[in-house]
Amino acid sequence: MAPSTDSNVKGENSQVSYKKDINTKTDRVLQNKKHANDIFDVTEYLQSEKDKEVIFATNACSKIFCQLFYRGDLYVGDLPEEEDLMNGDRSAEEKYSIFMRHRYNNSVELLLENIGHKAFQVKETSLCALMKFVAAEGKHPLQNLDLSEHYNFPRELLRTLVEHLLSENEDMSLLISRFQEFLEMDDVRYYVMSSVRDNIYRVMGRNKKAVIPVYQNNVFALLSTINVPSSEASKMKNFLVKQECKFVYYRGIEHKRAFEQMWLVFLKFKLPSNMYKKILVILHESIMPQMSDPTLLIDFLSAAYDIGGAISLLSLNGLFILIHKHNLDYPDFYKKLYSLLDPSIFHVKYRARFFHLVNIFLSSTHLPAYLVAAFVKRFARLSLTAPPTSLLILLPFICNLIRRHPSCRVLIHRPSTAEGPCDDPYVMKEEDPAQSHALESSLWEIKTLQKHYHPDVAKAAMKINDPLTEQEDDISELLELSTFELMERELKAERKTIPLEFDTATELLKSSREVLGVHFSLE
Amino acid sequence: MRQGSTSQNRGLSDKVRKSKAAPEIQKNPFEVKINRKKFDVLGRKSKHDVGLPGVSRSRAIQKRKETLLKEFRAKDKNNKFIDRRFGEYDQKITPEEKILQRFTLERQRTQDRKDMYNLNEEEELTHYGQSLAEMEKMTDVIDSDSDSEEKGLLSAELTATHFGGGGGLLRKKSAGDEDEEHKPKSRQELIEELIIKSKQEKRERQTQKEEAQELTEKLDQEWKSIQNLLAHKTPKAERKDETDKPKVLKHLRPNTEAVSEQGGEKEDDDGDEEGGEKEDDDGDEEGGEKEDDDGDEEGGEKEDDDGDEEGGEKEDDDGDEEGGEKEDDDDAEGEEEDEEGGEDADDEDADDDHCDLQSDEGSEDEDAEGAEEEQVCAEGPPAVIEEQKKAAQEAAKAELPYTFTAPESYSDLKALLQDHGSDQQCLILDRTLKCHHPSLAAGNKAKLQKLFGFLLEYVGDLATQNPPDLRTVSALIPQICGLCQMFPEAACKAVQTLLSDSGHSMEETLEVKGRAPMPDLDMLVLLKITALLFPSSDFRHPVTTPAFLYISQALTRCVVLSLEDVCKGLILCCLALEFVSLSRRFFPELLNFLLGLLHLTVSDKLCVSEILLHLIKPNELLVFYNNKHAWPVISSLLHLLCLCFRLSLIDSCLDLVKRCTSLYKDLPSFAHIFQPIRTLLLQHLPVEGYPAPIQDLHSEILDAIPEQPSQHAPLVFKKKKPIPLKLFTPKIVQILDYGKKRGNTKEEKEHERLKHKYKREFKGALREIRKDTRFLARENVYFSSFSSSE
Repeated sequence: MAPSTDSNVKGENSQVSYKKDINTKTDRVLQNKKHANDIFDVTEYLQSEKDKEVIFATNACSKIFCQLFYRGDLYVGDLPEEEDLMNGDRSAEEKYSIFMRHRYNNSVELLLENIGHKAFQVKETSLCALMKFVAAEGKHPLQNLDLSEHYNFPRELLRTLVEHLLSENEDMSLLISRFQEFLEMDDVRYYVMSSVRDNIYRVMGRNKKAVIPVYQNNVFALLSTINVPSSEASKMKNFLVKQECKFVYYRGIEHKRAFEQMWLVFLKFKLPSNMYKKILVILHESIMPQMSDPTLLIDFLSAAYDIGGAISLLSLNGLFILIHKHNLDYPDFYKKLYSLLDPSIFHVKYRARFFHLVNIFLSSTHLPAYLVAAFVKRFARLSLTAPPTSLLILLPFICNLIRRHPSCRVLIHRPSTAEGPCDDPYVMKEEDPAQSHALESSLWEIKTLQKHYHPDVAKAAMKINDPLTEQEDDISELLELSTFELMERELKAERKTIPLEFDTATELLKSSREVLGVHFSLE
Repeated sequence: MRQGSTSQNRGLSDKVRKSKAAPEIQKNPFEVKINRKKFDVLGRKSKHDVGLPGVSRSRAIQKRKETLLKEFRAKDKNNKFIDRRFGEYDQKITPEEKILQRFTLERQRTQDRKDMYNLNEEEELTHYGQSLAEMEKMTDVIDSDSDSEEKGLLSAELTATHFGGGGGLLRKKSAGDEDEEHKPKSRQELIEELIIKSKQEKRERQTQKEEAQELTEKLDQEWKSIQNLLAHKTPKAERKDETDKPKVLKHLRPNTEAVSEQGGEKEDDDGDEEGGEKEDDDGDEEGGEKEDDDGDEEGGEKEDDDGDEEGGEKEDDDGDEEGGEKEDDDDAEGEEEDEEGGEDADDEDADDDHCDLQSDEGSEDEDAEGAEEEQVCAEGPPAVIEEQKKAAQEAAKAELPYTFTAPESYSDLKALLQDHGSDQQCLILDRTLKCHHPSLAAGNKAKLQKLFGFLLEYVGDLATQNPPDLRTVSALIPQICGLCQMFPEAACKAVQTLLSDSGHSMEETLEVKGRAPMPDLDMLVLLKITALLFPSSDFRHPVTTPAFLYISQALTRCVVLSLEDVCKGLILCCLALEFVSLSRRFFPELLNFLLGLLHLTVSDKLCVSEILLHLIKPNELLVFYNNKHAWPVISSLLHLLCLCFRLSLIDSCLDLVKRCTSLYKDLPSFAHIFQPIRTLLLQHLPVEGYPAPIQDLHSEILDAIPEQPSQHAPLVFKKKKPIPLKLFTPKIVQILDYGKKRGNTKEEKEHERLKHKYKREFKGALREIRKDTRFLARENVYFSSFSSSE
């Protein structure tokens, strides 16, 4: 590669002379030990102002040191101080290798600094070079092998790399997504997980309980990219550093444990609210299945559930999995769910998910009638402020609930009470569904919605006029319905005749029922 | 002999039929055949239980003899002798009578021939039984002269002589008296006198006509001279129809007035017309269309660049000319009046014009008068005309042409309308609509349908430009309405696309940013127009239902960041209220939004969290108004204005709430719906700081909303009709034909029935044919034996 670039450089003008310079220096260093000092010039370029020079120098460095690793020209073992180099009684070979090892350490430091560089390309090349060093070091360990230690993974280098990746000041998500490709390798992933854990401990411990959004974002970006291979059976084959014997990280269970610990440490600390949402959205899909013991998340989930609002809604999903699959007992679950119902549920982004879950929670036919009635009545009351898309979910949902629980039919059909009109006995403000007197009430709200402006809503509300059919309505396809889709449905319907307004208009603000003209005029 | 016997038989049967009366035969058991019935069905009457075969057979034979046999005899014979002598075939007349009649006929014929040329001899003509010749001798009766009474004109004298009471006898006496006085006047003389009189009248009329002709020719000459003055052109082609005159007149008449009155304003107006006229002429003549004067009338085509269009127009006119000039003129009249309406010309002119037009075919006298008037015009000083001409040329530029090409694209329409005032834009559109009416040409429908879309786009443009030109939009409404009435489908499509586009873009911004800005003024105007064009009270409507959804979307998802947004939101609320005002349907988003707006007026934010505003809304208090701290000193006029603006917004907001309360007071959950608003108004709204009208509004709303929810009867299912028990009533099926021909469906039955009928008819026909052949064979045998025996 070098010669080809060399020839290229000759053809280029003086602007790219640095290429020529670096290339010749690189060649000289590698050709002859006499020119070892030229390496200073190369590493100098790493601190250059110009991005291109830095990138080129980084590539050269990685080339040089990989070559040196291969030749075994780097000093192995505890490194003596550079000042002591002259004093010691060493051979020239040894001196050279010590010198080169020092240069190696220097350039690693510079590269790590470059990870925090402004330009993404510099970051990327630095990262790649460092990962090459990690691989080379793994192959040709720089420490004397202990017999007790069976593996020789450059943990220290990786740890510092992770530390730089998880910057506290800068958003590194782009670089982290680049880093993802290295996480495919099992050993790298394993050591990254453990170093991330340590890192979180350290950083969060340092800033006592304070929220560090940037750092936590970076951590989240890194954590969410980590995927532990799912099945136990599949063997770990993908390694950066080939090892002879089997080590801890060969076993999947170890990976899961590391993964779990990493997440738990992360979730233990206080998080910003949008981070809660982000985590909760992916929790049930990508975190819980990869944990060896998901019940450990209960602390986090119940804390999130208590926060209220959208976060509570989102935590329902995780809680549901715990209750459903891991036999978790959650006291007052329904009471809390009941208190979650407020007008905002119709306007949040996670409306579909929420209704899906509520539908599941209330699908059991063993729930007490008072509870279901309370839910139904509350939903009905809330429906007075809901937009049509929500109403189209809500009304069939209410009908389904009444179908499932025939004892709730009194809500829409109470023939026995002979006495005439009465007040609504339902207490909206009551937190406890048992005390809300919902079963004694009727769904006058649905009756109100029969006068709704949207024809589909009015039709759905009309259903309570007659005894409900046996078959439940399927609400799953309504969940994702948006207003525009609703509009489009109306627009695309084939219509034979288009009725027109009876009175022909003569002016913009002059019709038989003018309201706009009362308040505004044309000026 | 056998033949003889058969003939005898036949004769016998005939005799039987003829001689014996029907009842007698019917009683005769040998003649009667009784059709045996298999079953006796009670109540059924059959026509055919008793048959008389002998009678019916003889009847059939007789019929064949009269028809078939005659045809058979005449077969292969081309001619035959017909004896035309009187009564030759009539057997009722006795031979003596016959002879007598023939004799008289013969005599008559000879006499006719003889009398042909001697009129008054021998033959006497009578009237009322009296001899005409005698009557003529009395001479007082004047014979009607066909010449004098042409065109049905009956002079009093004539009618008197013909119908003047009584009849010839009565008149005789008086006539006799007269005769004594004017003896010398014979009947012949009287007639002559009469003839002379009528001739004189005729001549007078003739001369009148000629005079008129002369006058018109004169007028032509004058016209040419004027034309020269006006157009600086060689005189037009010689041909000048009478029908063209009034049109020319019409244009010139105001001119004369202008000259005589020297009125400043008038001059201007007239000048316009004249200028238009003149330039038209130019255009026409340059175009080489010498004979086509209608171009003048159609007017203003000089601005029309489209050659094809013009050509087509002219062709049309020619066609009209041939068919009915009247119609053409009426059209022109209409346009003329339009124009004058626009220019505020006086009505008298229009009336006069009208007269001219009406009279152009009826009597030519008025034309002549017109010509005289024109002469006056021609006498006017040419200098004034020159001046007028210059003024007119300038004014003509401002004048609108009468026809417009239908815009093919939006930019065309824009170019067409842009530089005109709103009135003129209306006029332009009106004219475009008129000359592209779908009944005029095949492609017009599509053009106008497209025009609606462009028009909406244009309205949107007017609304978005700065400052928005809403007056023009308002002025254009009748045209938009008219188009919509013409093409509901196209209008529906156009509005739908606009709604859909806007809704889509809003959805997209919502997905990307999570919040969207309030819709722009053009959308608000479109929604308003939608409410004007389509019924918003329909349960489901292809346009208004999406419009509802659009408003709902805007009210729930759009952010209110500034006073302008508040304003837009209030407009949307007004629209929503208008949409539901008739059907009184429930619009939750409207109330939510109003509640949200009212929250903005409140200074302490504690209450906001209490009810939880799900509307995406910043809590900054935009409409905040308080005398405590927010506006301690009204420092500048701007602040004052701002304050007034806020107050007016609060006022309209409260007014809308009030309207809502009256609209929704019948809903079962009325109290629950309005409870949040009530608590807000009651507890948090800084009412004390507001002016009195707002305070009144406030208290009115509070009065309208009850503190306690009203009572309602518990819900019950709708009462259903009980399903009736099954009863064993017989199922009645109508049977059209007895027998086994019963299809399942009505069609099948009908088909079966027809098939059956056809079969029967076919069999019957076959039988008849067989009988015919048998009859003919028998006749043949009889005839041959008869001839051989002879």
